[in-house]
Amino acid sequence: MNITHILFWILTLMALGSALMVITSKNPVYSVLFLIATFFAISGHYILLNAQFLAIVNLIVYAGAIMVLFLFVIMLMNLNAETEPQKNKWLKFAGTIAGGCLLLIMVAAIKDADAKSTIVLMKQGETGLIHNLGNVLFKDYVVPFEISSVLFLSAMVGAVVLGKKE
Amino acid sequence: METTLQGLSSRVKSKKENNFQKFEYINMIYLAIDLAFILEKLVLIAVIIVISLLVALYSTYGERKVAGYIQDRLGPNRAGPGGIFQPFADGIKLFMKEDVIPNSSNKFLFILGPAIAMTMAMLTSAVIPWGNEITIGGRTISLQIADINIGILYVFGVVSMGVYGIMIGGWASNNKFSLLAALRGASQMISYELAMGLSIIALLMITGSLSLKTIVEQQSAGWWNILYQPLGFLIFLICAFAECNRTPFDLPEAESELNQGYHQEYSSMKLGFYLFAEYVNMFISSALMSTLYFGGYDIPFVNDANLGQSIGHNWLAVLQAVSLFAKVGFFLFFFMWVRWTIPRFRYDQLMKLGWKSLIPLALINMVITGLIVLIKENGWPF
Repeated sequence: MNITHILFWILTLMALGSALMVITSKNPVYSVLFLIATFFAISGHYILLNAQFLAIVNLIVYAGAIMVLFLFVIMLMNLNAETEPQKNKWLKFAGTIAGGCLLLIMVAAIKDADAKSTIVLMKQGETGLIHNLGNVLFKDYVVPFEISSVLFLSAMVGAVVLGKKE
Repeated sequence: METTLQGLSSRVKSKKENNFQKFEYINMIYLAIDLAFILEKLVLIAVIIVISLLVALYSTYGERKVAGYIQDRLGPNRAGPGGIFQPFADGIKLFMKEDVIPNSSNKFLFILGPAIAMTMAMLTSAVIPWGNEITIGGRTISLQIADINIGILYVFGVVSMGVYGIMIGGWASNNKFSLLAALRGASQMISYELAMGLSIIALLMITGSLSLKTIVEQQSAGWWNILYQPLGFLIFLICAFAECNRTPFDLPEAESELNQGYHQEYSSMKLGFYLFAEYVNMFISSALMSTLYFGGYDIPFVNDANLGQSIGHNWLAVLQAVSLFAKVGFFLFFFMWVRWTIPRFRYDQLMKLGWKSLIPLALINMVITGLIVLIKENGWPF
């Protein structure tokens, strides 16, 4: 047990625990807050893998921007534990089975994959550092990068147009 | 057949073990954190937190004195000579007040709100270089808690988290005025984060590095960034005011329309935390502005390296820290000066300024900077 292992287990417990709390808490505001905690734990994992840029962008975009909008909606609609609609029992049962099937298939697919036997070299790979990432993005993958930015731009314009419609 | 299979499996096994050994070995290199290192960082963190709190404490006193000066009155002058113990008197008063938690509030989140506000205010100080290195007993200690190569992005991450302290506190109070003020505050901070980010992108094009330490070193070797990025600095300054919820952007606590704003239900030290977090935020943003645009710990008009050779590196580091704090002091004064001079915006004016003036200006600044950098690197193309 060196310090990396300890950090890994703490982060894993935190990620799984708060992810479970997201779906089990009755109060929607608690769910959002636990989702933020999950994002923090996942960012911690990224840092252990030496992907600092990914870690911080995950925090800025997901925990910092998208979750704030979630909170906005939930707070303005005044959703509380009392107003949260309770689904009927059979629906919950069906949901559990469907989710379980997805889990089963994912486990089955990963079980035989090559990725399983590859040992992650922590704190090694330099690809996640911002310098190398920038070089790869703007030299090797310029065209896909530009195309995806055009996609983002059109999404932004679309949001503004929808927002202006009275 | 069987033998080959065995051979294969043993080969795979040995490769795996090899990999595992390599993995362990790498871990040992990269995470060899010795006790002295942890102690050094802990002491540094403690010192920086204490200094931030002290500066914030005396900012409250400074604010009242500046307000007194601007409005032609004396300001606090009873507790100690010249009212110097006033902040402690205020602190004791806040501690002694009855701590009321409203019955209809969400207890846990009600307590979490001010805690988050305070924590997020302090977190940025980790990446600010407070001075160059000092040497104690043969050990070189950098006066910066963490020199990470994503320093500025880290600052952004923390700034975007700052919204939660206000939102959670406002919602947990279960009061419509608190909630409205919290939502106002959150949308204000989100809007001004954008212009702030765009103004920093232009700065990054010039520096080519996200590490705050590198940015300071570049400035002490050449000119300060304010000369290259005057417009960028202006935008950053305005956005810093908005992010700290200071006048003219203090709409979240607009007392004339929303009673006390998001902290209306708060009392005692929980209210103290919210008020105090504002001053810590001011201090940290002042330090950030000095670091990004005004040379950080660089001593103006002096060649730091030559000075270091004549008086020793430790004394140089002390002088550099003093220089940084002088710059921070000026910005703190500037924050107060503006507060007691300029009236508050209306909410629609605030949004108009953010989205229709600052963001286009920041974009233009970014494009012009990009063009200049391109021409400088590749020469005039025509």
